Amino acid sequence: MSAEALLAWARGPAFEVALVIFIAGMLLRLFEILSLGYKTDLSEARGSGVQGGLRTLFSRSLPRPSILAKEPLRIINSFVMHIGLLAMIFLFGPHVAVFESLLGFGWPNLPSGVIDALSAMTLITLVVALMLRLNNPVLRFLSTPGDYWAWLVTLLPVLTGYLAYNHLLLPYTLMLALHILSVELLLISAPFSKLTHMFSFALSRWYQGYKAGHRGIES
Amino acid sequence: MAEEITLLESLRRRGVSRRGFLKFCTATASLMALPPALIPRVAAALEQAKRPSVIWLSFQECTGCTESLTRSHAPTVESLIFDHISLDYHHTLQAAAGDAAEHAREEAMKQHHGKYILVVDGSIPLAENGNYSTIAGISNLEMLKECAEGAAAIVSVGTCAAYGGLPMAKPNPTGAVGVSEIIKDKPIVNVPGCPPIPTVITGVLAHFLVFGSLPELDHLGRPKVFFGQNIHDRCYRRPFYERGQFAETFDDEGARKGWCLYKLGCKGPITYNACATNKWNEGTSWPVESGHGCIGCSEPGFWDFGGLYKALSVPTGNIGSTAVAAAALGVAAGAGLAAMNRSKKQAAAKAHETMTVTDLNKET
Ligand code: SF4
Ligand code: SF4
Repeated sequence: MSAEALLAWARGPAFEVALVIFIAGMLLRLFEILSLGYKTDLSEARGSGVQGGLRTLFSRSLPRPSILAKEPLRIINSFVMHIGLLAMIFLFGPHVAVFESLLGFGWPNLPSGVIDALSAMTLITLVVALMLRLNNPVLRFLSTPGDYWAWLVTLLPVLTGYLAYNHLLLPYTLMLALHILSVELLLISAPFSKLTHMFSFALSRWYQGYKAGHRGIES
Repeated sequence: MAEEITLLESLRRRGVSRRGFLKFCTATASLMALPPALIPRVAAALEQAKRPSVIWLSFQECTGCTESLTRSHAPTVESLIFDHISLDYHHTLQAAAGDAAEHAREEAMKQHHGKYILVVDGSIPLAENGNYSTIAGISNLEMLKECAEGAAAIVSVGTCAAYGGLPMAKPNPTGAVGVSEIIKDKPIVNVPGCPPIPTVITGVLAHFLVFGSLPELDHLGRPKVFFGQNIHDRCYRRPFYERGQFAETFDDEGARKGWCLYKLGCKGPITYNACATNKWNEGTSWPVESGHGCIGCSEPGFWDFGGLYKALSVPTGNIGSTAVAAAALGVAAGAGLAAMNRSKKQAAAKAHETMTVTDLNKET
């Protein structure tokens, strides 16, 4: 198969299959979580659950000073990594074009050069994340193959995207095809790996915040 | 019919001076991206070069490639070359018709057996025994095989001859293919483009004249000298791409300011051709300069790349309805799962027996 044909396949049928698995799989997982339901809390509300939920949604996105002090490198690394990933996915011109085609509307993008720098940085944070995991005996012990898989399918799109943009290693056409395929791998794996947290984080934060809010705990 | 005279001799007979000849050699060398030091070698080689016999076959095509070729502006390299090769058979350009034309072809094939260059434009239809396109009752497939047999080399001019081109676009009713799908035992050069740049066509012929061999080819059979450059890498709009400044429509503020055409479907990043450096119409301009994205006309499959105006990163399928269907599927499956979990929970609750303190204190 030529690079051109591979690219056509990646942008065409392969993307559709990946998208179906991603959307259907994610909704299934969310329903699964939601269907667990709350246990009815019979206690008298001492605060607003809804407010607590909303608050935690944002407050938990910031590193907690106590944990930050304990393991600054890991926290900051993961923080930078997530920001890099989000910026790359949502603020790169060609990616915005993809969302525009999916959603029917777009938004402004960052200069491609900035995204390029961010992706180099994100690559470093991903490597650091792996090293931290491997160097810490407890973390290493707790790690499952799923953790490494999640790392790999996150790394591949960033790596191939970086190489494609900079015309490195392979011809651009082939690299772009590989980039799109690696994104599809990520989409397919997401509902069935710990990457589900890209959506479920909101549910769990809301849940914790809601409970705390209901009990009048400042979280 | 080609006489056995050298190119220099032929030029002299047409009143081209030595000076004019050297100018021509310089242009040829620069076209082939040769260093100036090699110009004397090019001159020496061209002086000795015999006018090669060329048989040009036009199959399933739109004549755009021939049109492109004849848009050469005298006295350029291409016009010189074409005045001085012996174009023994060319359907569109030759005066002869009918039987006389076919005889000319057969004559040339016989006389220059093993030495002539076969130029092909247009794809070859394979469906229905090749009946979709015939010349003098001979199918394209048959004629190609016949002419390829005695050819020294084959030049596939245009994306149709090189990779199937537009006739091959889905659903490809005629079963069109490119030359290299059929002929496997001859050196083939692909000079794709829809149409190809005229100087590139003649550059390949000039290379053959000067070096007696075909130029170095890339993985798609294209001469690297002309197709080694990526449009996007050579595009003068590239700084806008780097800055993330994209025209959103063909007449918006960005378009007027010359911003990058990526979002309007420019295929420059995956296209290899000489447009950005050579330009068209005697170096006047090229598509991206005129405000239209590159459609990737020198790449196999460009016709089925999901639309000329779809950005390269954008999926080509009908994504909107796919997403809706997937969402419906997910919700249904999720609801099913939720119902199952609930009934499990209820069953567990039902099966649950309350323990009492007495139970706990019981000695087993
Ligand atoms: S107009 Fe096309 S070729 Fe030029 S920089 Fe933009 S994407 Fe690349
Ligand atoms: S700019 Fe692109 S589409 Fe236009 S002629 Fe050149 S290679 Fe073909």
